[in-house]
Amino acid sequence: MITIAMPKGRIFEEAVELLRKAEYRLPPEFEESRKLIIDVPEEEMRFILAKPMDVVTYVEHGVADLGIAGKDVMLEEERDVYEILDLKISKCHLAVAGLPNGKVNGVAPRVATKYPNVASSYFREQGEQVEIIKLNGSIELAPLIGLADRIVDIVSTGRTLKENGLVELERIAEITSRLIVNPVSYRMKDTKIDEMMERLSRVIGDE
Amino acid sequence: MSKLFMFEKPLGMRDTLPLLYEVKKRIRHAMTNEIEKWGYQFIETPTLEYYETVGAASAILDQQLFKLLDQQGHTLVLRPDMTAPIARLAASRLYEDGNPLRLAYNANVFRAQQREGGRPAEFEQIGVECIGDGTIAADAEVISLMIAALEQAGLKRFTVAIGHIGYVNALFLDVLGNEERANVLRRFLYEKNYVGYREHVKSLPLSSIDKQRLLKLLELRGDETTIIEAREQIDTEAGAKAIVELEQLCEHLRLYGVIDCIKIDLNLISHMNYYTGILFEVYAENVGFPLGNGGRYDELLAKFERKAPATGFGIRVDRLIEALGEPGEEKNIHCIIFSQERFSEAVQLANERRRKGERVVLQHISGINDIDACTKQYSDITYLIGSAGKDE
Repeated sequence: MITIAMPKGRIFEEAVELLRKAEYRLPPEFEESRKLIIDVPEEEMRFILAKPMDVVTYVEHGVADLGIAGKDVMLEEERDVYEILDLKISKCHLAVAGLPNGKVNGVAPRVATKYPNVASSYFREQGEQVEIIKLNGSIELAPLIGLADRIVDIVSTGRTLKENGLVELERIAEITSRLIVNPVSYRMKDTKIDEMMERLSRVIGDE
Repeated sequence: MSKLFMFEKPLGMRDTLPLLYEVKKRIRHAMTNEIEKWGYQFIETPTLEYYETVGAASAILDQQLFKLLDQQGHTLVLRPDMTAPIARLAASRLYEDGNPLRLAYNANVFRAQQREGGRPAEFEQIGVECIGDGTIAADAEVISLMIAALEQAGLKRFTVAIGHIGYVNALFLDVLGNEERANVLRRFLYEKNYVGYREHVKSLPLSSIDKQRLLKLLELRGDETTIIEAREQIDTEAGAKAIVELEQLCEHLRLYGVIDCIKIDLNLISHMNYYTGILFEVYAENVGFPLGNGGRYDELLAKFERKAPATGFGIRVDRLIEALGEPGEEKNIHCIIFSQERFSEAVQLANERRRKGERVVLQHISGINDIDACTKQYSDITYLIGSAGKDE
């Protein structure tokens, strides 16, 4: 039996599609279910449905063997897990954005974000000291009403930024979803995990 | 900071209640017994060490150290592991004539936790250090002893993954040409970021054969045949030496009769720049973290101004308990409840039973608040109440 932590929401459907392409026989009602734990006995698999940010936590603690997590979450959480495969789904990027011609507060520039660790280390690498304000969503609001000068967030199409009159200022990192593995599972269940990796790599292709 | 409640403990600090204490005691006894049988001698070192010496030499990351100041302003650390203190002790005192030293410990070590719960900041480790012996026989002995000790503790199913950092270093140096570039790849392995490793390899200006050799490293895991595959990837002297060492090790482990729980894992890296040769981790089912690890660290003693090869292992008792999954059994405790007039009889009975090795509680009846709740915790009760000769 192998337990896989799946991120609810946007990535979930793409991930399920990928698993089906790799010929994992998932039941048809898989996507509609509101259950948090779904057993698929014919594949000896158990899926748990978690918040995208929490997938890495389940996998690090070993209550899930594998997980599908965005690179943004990996960068933010820095958990001790193996990142073994780029699934190349849910493509987007992490970026700094702000108002066009927006002034940066020279004394204490403020950055609002859902990713305080990523933002903090990015600006430190740029040699700039900023103050980070942690928000949980609708980050675009912050510069509009004066909570922060800039934001750090994921951008996929750029539509949300545009509709709110913001512009992308700097690109931090490209993001896709990754297959991650608990370090113990990676060694104890190596045959199953290698097989899964191989089946998935075959359907992902090498660009 | 908000005012603390009186029941609160610092993050990651835990109490050990009687039931768990008994389990720990049993495991400790089983393991230390086995370790002693292999001729290792137990020692103790101080809980506090200097940050500049033991703290800096330790393999544990700086942010995980508990630091404090002594009266002279020196920074101290709560020992984060036992290997560095033992290296200090061996280098400065015990390792004199250059002959191998076999030392063992069971001690609590301290590592600060920054994240959520689920990880203790203080935990017991049982382990050994074999200092001054650079042979593969020493590596094999340490691994076999670890396996024997785990078996004595009652662990049935576990896997030991064995790697060799010398192989990884030789391969990187052969393909990449310098340490700086090798270090970039080593860090990807250390961070378990195989996606990043692959992308980085693909971006390097190398021949496709060389790229393939680097990518192949990620697949070099499995049974003993992995060593044969690994040999095909490299023909430098250092690489060949690592391969021969792995082969010898497997041969030794076969003779020890422990080869069945071994896996070869050449992409295993436990710490950055700490281990120098064979290294290993041990895993059990249903525990998400390694039970313990170890390996050869031939450069540590030199930091304490005495060069010597060394190898050892450390097992985390808390994780071993989780792997054993035993709830712990209530110990039989006999309770004698007495009233004052029969005290001498009660003492006599207690002494008699204690001499036989039983656990006996001697309880004055007037000290009891709720008799039912009180008697429930004991396996059997003798009442010595009222005038002599009239037992209830």
